[in-house]
Amino acid sequence: MISAFFIYNQKGEVLISRLYRQDLKRSIADIFRIQVISNTDVRSPIITLGSTSFFHVRHENLYIVALTKWNANAALIFEFCYRVITVGRSYFGKFDEEAVKANFVLIYELLDEVLDFGYPQNSEADTLKMYITTESVKSERAVMEDSAKITIQATGATSWRRSDVKYRKNEAFIDVIESVNLLLSAQGNVLRADVAGQIMMRAYLSGTPECKFGLNDKVLLEKDPSNRRKTSNTVEIDDCQFHQCVKLGKFDSDRTISFIPPDGEFELMRYRTSDNINLPFKVHPVVIEIGKSKIEYRILVKANFSSKLYANNVVLNIPTPLNTAGVTCTASSGKAKYVPAENSIVWKIPRFQGQSEFTLTGEANLTAMTHKKAWSRPPISMDFQVLMFTSSGLLVRFLKVFEKNNYQSVKWVRYMTKAGNYQIRF
Amino acid sequence: MSDAKFFQRGKIQELRLELNSDKKDRNYTRKKQTLKKIVANMTMGNDMSSLHQDVIACMSIPVLEVKKMVYLFLINYAKAKPEMAYEAIQTFRRDVEDPNPLIRALAIRTMGYIHVDKVTSCLIQPLRHCMRDQDPYVRKTAAVCVAKLFMQDRHLVENAGFIDLLREMLVDSNPSVVANAVAALTEISERSDHIQLQLNMSIASKLVTALNECSEWGQTYILESLMFVVPQEPGDAEMLAERIAPRLQHANSAVVLTAVKVIVYLMNYMSRDEDIHSMCKKLSPPLVTLLSSGPEVQYVGLRNILLVIQKHPEILKNDIKIFFCKYNDPIYVKMAKLEIMFRLASEHNVEQVLSELKEYATEVDVDFVRKAVRSIGRLAVKIESTAQRCVEALLELIQTKVNYVVQESIVVIKDIFRKYPNQYESIIGVLCENLDNLDEPEAKAAMIWIIGQYADRIENSDELLDDFLYTFLEETVEVQLALLTATVKLFIKRPTAGQDLVPKVLKWATEEVDNPDLRDRGYIYWRLLSTDVAAAKAVVLSEKPHISTETDNMDPVLLEELLLHIASLSAIYHKAPTTFIPHCKPRFLIPSPALRRQNYNAGRTLQHQDSYSSLHNSAQYQQSQSNMRSPRSDEDDGNGGLDEFVSSPKQPQHQRLSYHEQSFEQVAEASIGNQEYYEQKINAENPYRTDTAAVGGSQANRGGGVDLMSFDL
Repeated sequence: MISAFFIYNQKGEVLISRLYRQDLKRSIADIFRIQVISNTDVRSPIITLGSTSFFHVRHENLYIVALTKWNANAALIFEFCYRVITVGRSYFGKFDEEAVKANFVLIYELLDEVLDFGYPQNSEADTLKMYITTESVKSERAVMEDSAKITIQATGATSWRRSDVKYRKNEAFIDVIESVNLLLSAQGNVLRADVAGQIMMRAYLSGTPECKFGLNDKVLLEKDPSNRRKTSNTVEIDDCQFHQCVKLGKFDSDRTISFIPPDGEFELMRYRTSDNINLPFKVHPVVIEIGKSKIEYRILVKANFSSKLYANNVVLNIPTPLNTAGVTCTASSGKAKYVPAENSIVWKIPRFQGQSEFTLTGEANLTAMTHKKAWSRPPISMDFQVLMFTSSGLLVRFLKVFEKNNYQSVKWVRYMTKAGNYQIRF
Repeated sequence: MSDAKFFQRGKIQELRLELNSDKKDRNYTRKKQTLKKIVANMTMGNDMSSLHQDVIACMSIPVLEVKKMVYLFLINYAKAKPEMAYEAIQTFRRDVEDPNPLIRALAIRTMGYIHVDKVTSCLIQPLRHCMRDQDPYVRKTAAVCVAKLFMQDRHLVENAGFIDLLREMLVDSNPSVVANAVAALTEISERSDHIQLQLNMSIASKLVTALNECSEWGQTYILESLMFVVPQEPGDAEMLAERIAPRLQHANSAVVLTAVKVIVYLMNYMSRDEDIHSMCKKLSPPLVTLLSSGPEVQYVGLRNILLVIQKHPEILKNDIKIFFCKYNDPIYVKMAKLEIMFRLASEHNVEQVLSELKEYATEVDVDFVRKAVRSIGRLAVKIESTAQRCVEALLELIQTKVNYVVQESIVVIKDIFRKYPNQYESIIGVLCENLDNLDEPEAKAAMIWIIGQYADRIENSDELLDDFLYTFLEETVEVQLALLTATVKLFIKRPTAGQDLVPKVLKWATEEVDNPDLRDRGYIYWRLLSTDVAAAKAVVLSEKPHISTETDNMDPVLLEELLLHIASLSAIYHKAPTTFIPHCKPRFLIPSPALRRQNYNAGRTLQHQDSYSSLHNSAQYQQSQSNMRSPRSDEDDGNGGLDEFVSSPKQPQHQRLSYHEQSFEQVAEASIGNQEYYEQKINAENPYRTDTAAVGGSQANRGGGVDLMSFDL
């Protein structure tokens, strides 16, 4: 398991160093700096030198590094590194060099708690905040007074929730966020299109509520004969994954999603579907290389969703060759500008009504080539957000809350589709 | 208040004065600040150990934050200054008795980190108490502490009965305690010479129940331990796999991949093909989902997918599109995806794969482009119907004149010529236009091979070879060997064109070069040519054995071993853990009546019998024997089957040795059954023998000159 844990800044200075096992010395930290941080061509997140393996994840301006001398579970180590980032963000808002330096003593406390002898332990920020806090006085008191409650919480079956949560108004917000990935070939064929969805929940519910959650999941709805008629409106989910609060056994047996939610915001589930995807945008690029000194662009983009909806922050990145000297372009909506640092024309359309279409025409002038290599024509990439629209057609059918006090709760749901990897080759 | 200001080099003397200052210090704010400075300096790697007396003096301060910082200091410097640890012992003694469970746990956790004999000996008594503490948090901390202690002093742990205490914890009412106890036992078992974790079905079943209530990490530890269950009946394996399968839906990829590992392992013990098939079906979607995690986890996932699909090709066979590279994937993800794409390529999807590969071949990263080009060539060899289009694609790439693309193309085109002789000769002309740019030995050797092979059809083959020969003595051995053979081929096919070159080359090869292979080959050619040209022709131009991409497949024995290590480092490197982790126990499929027989693993398991039996001591071994005969009998005994899953290490060493011979037969008998045993034994030995013979044989071929060309494939 994990023998040591380090956090570096971009210069390679050690901000946090904690050794968990005697098989390593502090000086090993220098080796990582030399081999990875000062190396411009790092080709793997795992590096093994001798029998010591370095796992690293980059976040903001930090390197989060875990070391092991064992044939350790690599997935576990990376997940742990991700978790450190999540916990850090939950504590400090942002997890960067500044936050780490400003809270290093607290981070040491956290590391002592979440890793024991290199084995990750309970690392739910919510539970940790009960006894490790930024105001040491408060945590001091908690440790002294509520110790029994804390220990049960940290080791129990619902380690992610305290039992004493109280709200005057019981509310739950559900956000369905879909990232749609597209790879379109130069001939206009869809090479791959899939949706990676995320269901985020913000639960402000008192006590220990049991929640039941329903989607228009094809497998579930088709099992129930009374729903047969409505099956046209279902979504086939390829695979889904749940927050640890969801009872997996129950989902496996009858596909119901039931859980006791953590307090506040969390990711309830992730899903993936590749069936019947509604692509929110169609792009028709025409890019012609005229001789060796000029390229003509004509890009047409069309919104493929209902005209009642609109997309925000639509950005198209249209690559230009490395030897571009200048670009003249005009767009029928929004602003288009050549950004030399990114080697592309950036076309921004702040608001894009459904069913409308816009074009960009432009011309790139090229300087004389010094090297022979042809332009690799990287794909056009696109960014956008469409509210109240899901590419997969997924809908939330219900969210039921059962609690022994039988209170009324208000539930809200919101949908959003955004661009994941939306790429169009030309 | 930001602590960032403490990140500056502090002078020991000043820090000491600050710690000892008599100024009024309400709430110990000043002391806290100084300690923070010390911790910051420790982090930066400045040696603070000389402050130990002053820091230890702070231990008496009744503030938790201070205590934690002092403990951190202790953990860091105890080894260098053991005497300071002595001074802390009193505080530890007091803390382990503290009514507050968090303080008790903190004390034993910290003591476990301090590797000083005196502290360790003070730890034993309280640790034993803590393992039975009424608070689960203390118990789970104590469980891990046993593993810590084991790393420091194995005999102490073995002799003081801690293993038994850990074993009791496996049925603890708290899932967190169970998970940590399992983790500790697994690690001890992996490191100990004579403790081997073995779980029977009843305890495994209890662990799976605890799985539902554990934290995600705990689930990983428990799943990991299930690798030590040896199902005795196919039904056990199926039931266990069925119960684990819901874990594939977990959000934490460590849980998912470890569950995949256990299920793939259990499949070896299943009897019905449809069970295996339905499990495979369940494995596909979660493996694909791994690709929506962070790039690091994607990489781990991809490397493991590559292993799983080699063993069970039906998994993911229709999901190739998922593995198409995105333009902005990190390079390590792209490389791993490319390998999977090649594996999954088939008649049905080859068109898409080829157009993807052509796309990749125009990207920027040199290694990636090379791999893409190479994959195009391999695709041509793998799938015959697509060969024509792959060749066209390669020709197009050669036209780009990008140096490394051209060289890589030539290397794979040689393979295509080998696979489909006399089919694509028309492209030779194009290849010959690019001779001047070749600077890599592999590409040169490939081009020379092509010239030699088609010497009679390339008009100026003698001139081309002559050009290459100009630098013969400076070339690498690979190129020299190719040149030698190509020249001889030229001579045999077109004696007039080759007659000037051959003597020159033979003379160089035999007189001027130090490499024995080259010299030997030179002599053989020389003698062949001088005694019997017809024989030389028969040898040099003989029919070449077919090539296929099967050679890319992993050695099945290694694959089998790596599958037992899914998710771990060795599965990422595709190397057996024993090759890069010192003192690592090898894993292998342990025979049981339910183990599916495969000819290669029969050889493997028997081969490993030594290590297998030496892992067991006699008492436990007998128990596992009796287990094999009546697998379910343990469920009824009063201990709930707790006796046999961890051996107690009290048996003297020599007994183990005497067991050795017997155990081999017994296990074989128990697992295979009497009748088939002898047959099996023969089979078991044979694959190995023939394997090595085959390897030796092909080596002999190279030297022997039956087909002097086959060496390069």
